[in-house]
Amino acid sequence: MATSTNSKPRLATVWLGGCAGCHMSLLDLDERIVDVLSLMDLVFSPVADIKKFPEGVDVTLVEGSVCNEENLHLARELRQKSKLVVAFGDCAVTGNVPGMRNRLKVNDIVTSVYTDPFYREGPGPVPQAEGGEIPVLLPKVVPLHQVISVDIYLPGCPPSPERIWAAVNAILKGGPVELPEEMRSFG
Amino acid sequence: MSVVTLTINDKLVSAPASATLLDAIKEQGIDVPTLCHLKGLSERGGCRLCVVEMEGSPKLFASCVTPVAEGMVVRTHTDRLIKYRQMMIELLLAERNHICAVCVQNGNCELQSLAAKLGVTSVRYDYLCPDLPMDASHERYVMDHNRCVLCARCNRVCDEVEGAHTLDMAGRGIHSKVIAGMNQAWGTSRSCTSCGKCVQVCPTGALFKKGSSAAEMVKQHDFLLWILDGREKKIWRWS
Repeated sequence: MATSTNSKPRLATVWLGGCAGCHMSLLDLDERIVDVLSLMDLVFSPVADIKKFPEGVDVTLVEGSVCNEENLHLARELRQKSKLVVAFGDCAVTGNVPGMRNRLKVNDIVTSVYTDPFYREGPGPVPQAEGGEIPVLLPKVVPLHQVISVDIYLPGCPPSPERIWAAVNAILKGGPVELPEEMRSFG
Repeated sequence: MSVVTLTINDKLVSAPASATLLDAIKEQGIDVPTLCHLKGLSERGGCRLCVVEMEGSPKLFASCVTPVAEGMVVRTHTDRLIKYRQMMIELLLAERNHICAVCVQNGNCELQSLAAKLGVTSVRYDYLCPDLPMDASHERYVMDHNRCVLCARCNRVCDEVEGAHTLDMAGRGIHSKVIAGMNQAWGTSRSCTSCGKCVQVCPTGALFKKGSSAAEMVKQHDFLLWILDGREKKIWRWS
């Protein structure tokens, strides 16, 4: 399934609006991580410190929901450059915990965090998002499939290492990823 | 007891004339998903998960509220039904705030397990993310409207088994809401006996014991048949 000249499939993992728990669970593959890395090249990941999302990626695991403009930008970029996109964990699949802010207005959230008198020791004036200091929050947090097409859903908060292993194995074999019932529940 | 003969998934079967179609289907060992149905309570036909196709009608029938009839020809798992059942679960997940990861009933929830069972991988609809309250005024229990699927099991058990009818439904359609008493804080209702039957029959984390944290709430329905068999058939299973 490799698209690169190198024979190994190219794997990327991306961290959007999530808590990094899915990446922790990925690392919880323990020694199987060695197997994964012997079978795939890790070309982009929060644990690999690579700044630019590369071209010609075979599989991208995307943790986190789409919360701000930067998430949206990266989601679109990775979709263009990836053959298979996996919604990796509940935030990417459903919006999950970051989506709990959706009942509130974005401006109210930002101003209450920075300037509400209740938080006297808070960080102070609201930083200017427009000028590029911080990414602009989207009005609603949305799951990944609402902004780009998603090929595979890997639910769980976080998905257990067993789920990740099952999905990665199925992808490596080139077959469809059909998780058993006990491995496809949300939460 | 008169008996009728009908065809379920190409198999000729017989059922008591008083049975519902759902009874007859289950009797055959066919696994039709249900959510608002609970053995021991009256049928509501609200969730529509148990819908079946019936020959000679373009309509779908909720099998829990359809009596069996002679010569019926029904199908329970056509592609269309499987697709619709997935859509129903997705609509339920989109309608309120079902955040499994932080829910008291994570891992023990009927909606969550139905989604996995029916192969719901994601929700194709926009999440409505309504701003809904929780009622923690009761000394023992909490009502969280965010997790409610409006199955009304709580209403029915409160009325039909406990006999208190503290809980009811207000509003219509998407504005429906479980209420206590005269739409008042649950803790101020004088008819509530605090028996907890509503909590035990609730399929999701909408009703739970106060003090439960994420994934701690486990519910049991078996008390229902124990009470009803004792009351109606005078059979008490003490062990």
